[in-house]
Amino acid sequence: MSTNTIISIRGLTKTFLSNKNTVTALRNIDLDIKKGDIFGIIGVSGAGKSTLVRCINLLERPDSGSVIFDGRDLTKLSEKQMQQERRSIGMIFQQFNLLMQRQVWKNITFPLEIAGLSKDDAKSRALKLLNTVGLSDKANSYPSQLSGGQKQRVAIARALATNPKVLLCDEATSALDPGTTKEVLALLREINKTLGVTIIIITHEMSVIEEVCNKVAVIDKNNIVECGNVSDVFTHPKSEAAKKLFFGEGVKDKSFSKRCCRIVFDGSSSFDPVIADMILQTGEAVNIMFADTKNIDGKAYGQIIIQLPDGEIAQKKIISWLRDRNLSVEEVSDIG
Amino acid sequence: MAEFIENIDMFLKGTGETLYMTLLSTLIAYLIGLPLGILLIITDKNGLKPIKWLNVILNAIVNIFRSIPFLILLVWITPVTRAIVGKSYGTNAAIVPLVIAAAPFVARLIESSIKEVDSGVIEAAKSMGATHWQIVTKVLLSEAKPSLFIGSAIAVTTILSYSAMAGFVGGGGLGDIATRFGYYRYNDTIMTISVILLVIVVQVLQEIGMLIAKKSDKRN
Repeated sequence: MSTNTIISIRGLTKTFLSNKNTVTALRNIDLDIKKGDIFGIIGVSGAGKSTLVRCINLLERPDSGSVIFDGRDLTKLSEKQMQQERRSIGMIFQQFNLLMQRQVWKNITFPLEIAGLSKDDAKSRALKLLNTVGLSDKANSYPSQLSGGQKQRVAIARALATNPKVLLCDEATSALDPGTTKEVLALLREINKTLGVTIIIITHEMSVIEEVCNKVAVIDKNNIVECGNVSDVFTHPKSEAAKKLFFGEGVKDKSFSKRCCRIVFDGSSSFDPVIADMILQTGEAVNIMFADTKNIDGKAYGQIIIQLPDGEIAQKKIISWLRDRNLSVEEVSDIG
Repeated sequence: MAEFIENIDMFLKGTGETLYMTLLSTLIAYLIGLPLGILLIITDKNGLKPIKWLNVILNAIVNIFRSIPFLILLVWITPVTRAIVGKSYGTNAAIVPLVIAAAPFVARLIESSIKEVDSGVIEAAKSMGATHWQIVTKVLLSEAKPSLFIGSAIAVTTILSYSAMAGFVGGGGLGDIATRFGYYRYNDTIMTISVILLVIVVQVLQEIGMLIAKKSDKRN
């Protein structure tokens, strides 16, 4: 394990007992997460990603394998030592899980209270954190008076109260609308940058990974099937599960009889009518097979899959036209 | 009305006794029922610390005492009452069966209130490194507070109606007056006044409980 690895999971297996049947949730997982990463773990529901994140802070105890956090094997710790260690691992949830009977600032002092910090110190820390998440004016509100995005900000402030080294996010944006999701993700990115907190994001949404993560692991059927830099995995997915996640469910039904290309918009190009311009300028027609693009602050994000026309020259013309505009182009004819 | 003014001292004393019996019994029943209810929750198989045998025993005790009709229990435990209070009649003697009947009931009320607490919040507290004790005191009891107050309003009115039954065997209070004057001497007026006073006491206690519950709830 290199010195800048903060979490190292080896051979982790977890099964559940339900109605006398054993159900395997995770099978022989190996995973390394480096300090300062924003590490995404993506998979469809039931893939085991929520169990995996709960095995990191031992809310679920693995059946076998080790979870080495900051040089210590958590699976070897006593309950008491583990409670201590959890203060270094913050966690936020899909449903926010705030204490509804406590004011916002008292929600944030809660982990400090548990840790035995004095009331005054805890309060001043809470107010500082509220400032960080942009909710200074809500200190005395109750959670029920806040919007979903505000609740998640409070949850983030609460998770950061004990100065954790790692922040676990379990579907943290899945209950939020797209605009609020972007705000919360931007806040996570900022926290990662300014506080150096390693962030692990569990999600089923590719857009979340694209937006903030630098690393991604694809989990499918209780196993990690692909892992690497987001840009690599996104542009050249190797596993079936990853392709399915990135191309969407419907793609397989369409037949790609000829050569197809995937154009990835990663935010480096402006939101222009690329396909229309391409057709007009190259004089070649293409068939759009799949498109999912978004305009974020004037930048294009997402992807388009096009079917290329017959003839090698026409195809080359189109590909080089796209590459000239710094778009990532990749042949995907083999996915049908 | 004349009869009420004539016997005002008796009615005041009766109301006082009823309140004394009810409130003291409720207090003691909570001293026993609260830890019992918490134990039922945390030793449950989905609880913080599942202990199967303890959970089975506690559930059995609660169920047994919950199924004995109060009037039967009252008579049945007379020897116990005499051993604790020294006599088997009077206001203080009534408190013993009241507590024995009410404590398991209170335990169930506590259990159902705490069960309402969102499991996600408990998980969040665990993720912060909270101990079981901290989860019980700072999460379960504090998040269930409004529901616990509603439960106590239910408990206090139930115990009050039990206390009227205790009057039947010389337990004192408004129930005693209603029995002695209304039942044995056919004095309908005194009986009716007793009933009205009982209704007023129940309403007042219930409203106080509900008001506290509403005031304490920060969810809306």
